Amino acid sequence: MRARIVVLAASACESARILLNSRSSQFPQGLANSSGMVGKYVTDTTGTDVAGFIPMMTDHVPHNEEGVGGMHLYMPWWLDNRKLDFPRGYHIEVWGGLGPPQAGFMGGIQRYPGAGGYGVKLKNDYRKFYGATIGFSGRGEMIPNEDSYCELDPRVVDQYGIPVLRFHWKWSDHEYLQSKHMQETFRALVAEMGGEVFSPMPSKERGYGLSTGGSIIHELGAVRMGKDPRTSVLNANCQAHDCRNLFVADGGPFVSQADKNPTWTILALAWRTSDYITEQRKQGAL
Amino acid sequence: MSEHDAGLPMADGPTEAAGAPPIPLAAEPADVSRRDLVKLLGMAPLAGALDWSQVTVERAARMVRALQPVDGEQPAAYKPKFFTPREWRTVRVLADYVIPRDERSGSATDAKAPEWMDFMLSEPETSDNSRLAMRGGLAWLDVECRRRFAQPFVGASDAQRRQVLDDIAWPDRARPEMSYGVAFFNRFRDLTAAAFFSSQMGWQDLQYMGHTFVPEWQGCPPAALQKLGVSYDLMNTRVGIQR
Repeated sequence: MRARIVVLAASACESARILLNSRSSQFPQGLANSSGMVGKYVTDTTGTDVAGFIPMMTDHVPHNEEGVGGMHLYMPWWLDNRKLDFPRGYHIEVWGGLGPPQAGFMGGIQRYPGAGGYGVKLKNDYRKFYGATIGFSGRGEMIPNEDSYCELDPRVVDQYGIPVLRFHWKWSDHEYLQSKHMQETFRALVAEMGGEVFSPMPSKERGYGLSTGGSIIHELGAVRMGKDPRTSVLNANCQAHDCRNLFVADGGPFVSQADKNPTWTILALAWRTSDYITEQRKQGAL
Repeated sequence: MSEHDAGLPMADGPTEAAGAPPIPLAAEPADVSRRDLVKLLGMAPLAGALDWSQVTVERAARMVRALQPVDGEQPAAYKPKFFTPREWRTVRVLADYVIPRDERSGSATDAKAPEWMDFMLSEPETSDNSRLAMRGGLAWLDVECRRRFAQPFVGASDAQRRQVLDDIAWPDRARPEMSYGVAFFNRFRDLTAAAFFSSQMGWQDLQYMGHTFVPEWQGCPPAALQKLGVSYDLMNTRVGIQR
């Protein structure tokens, strides 16, 4: 298939994979990769969670309620970084309430005070403790770094015979200390409500409970934009420095990411890129 | 949590944080998959618990509903896909020790909890480790009962069965040599409770009242506010303050 203009929007890492697999004598390192930056500076949202049992909420009053999630209650970043030991910030999503009982319902009942066992008392404990849990999920900003990247796996291919990516990840103290702050904050909130946290504070060795890179599934970067063609793949219009009729319109162009979900920003950038393409076409420049 | 309901290891939501296992769950949360929400609301399940997508959970619910009699007519008997006939007998007895019938609702088998568990364990999404843990745990239970009473669990008397259950149902006071039984029972209890309380019988038992049309939103009922010592007054006072 031949096209005048090619727009890649396969998702951040997949677009990088397509570029890296598009090697030719003209582009021996992969298409649009003279900088060697394709696949580099992948970022994800940081995350950690704490849930607690709130005694005051036991033996709930039945009423029409579906439980509360991050869509209902959301706390934006509220602190001044000059007084903190990490840059940037995070938001908090709050969970709890009388959600529909489903698979996973009140797993780990033995962790509630005096609960466990079997039989009628156990059955009563489920009734008593239903809805008496509140959870906090912190979702924060990572500082992109050069140790977090993807590249073609030299041995593994997919079912079509096309080489797949392999990933390398390294959080820095920026993220670990942010996670520590989340953990301490959420534990303080549970304590303030007279509650009890279900698990001990994760140690430094456990990374203060920081999620595994990629597990919050907000992977961005890998085809980043920038002014300098030596350190970036795309220009400010998401147009490849090396190849003016090639654009990337997904999470790939991101240089960093805010703590919030990236979808709307991906849409905004794609819109902007579309406008640019239209304008360039009208001028006969593309 | 995002926008997707992707596979288990992907948790846009609460993850392996607090020293506890993955906690995810939700009703279209901003950043947590539905499954994540489900787990979080229920509190993080212990060790490797549930790895099922919403689709699978809903299929299981439909399957269980289809086992209920329609107009007095019994549907065809359920044929276990995961459990062997011998395991099936054990599971049915054991599940009713976990959730027995009482004045408010029926038992685990009344709610078709064993059928739900069998369905889930036979799903490809279920990890081999989970399957192994269930099979091995049931075998452990029989070995332990034979050691003590020269009878498998099903063949033991009620008092004998309770003797073994009392040794494994309370993790905090269980003797160290009971650790395998404790791990198995924690998991079995979680599964039985999930099966029972996610059924229609379980929803009625818990007086779950969501999923119903609200013609006029009147806020949280006064009794529920009172219980927590909160009110809408603060919010209402603030509205006029700067006039």
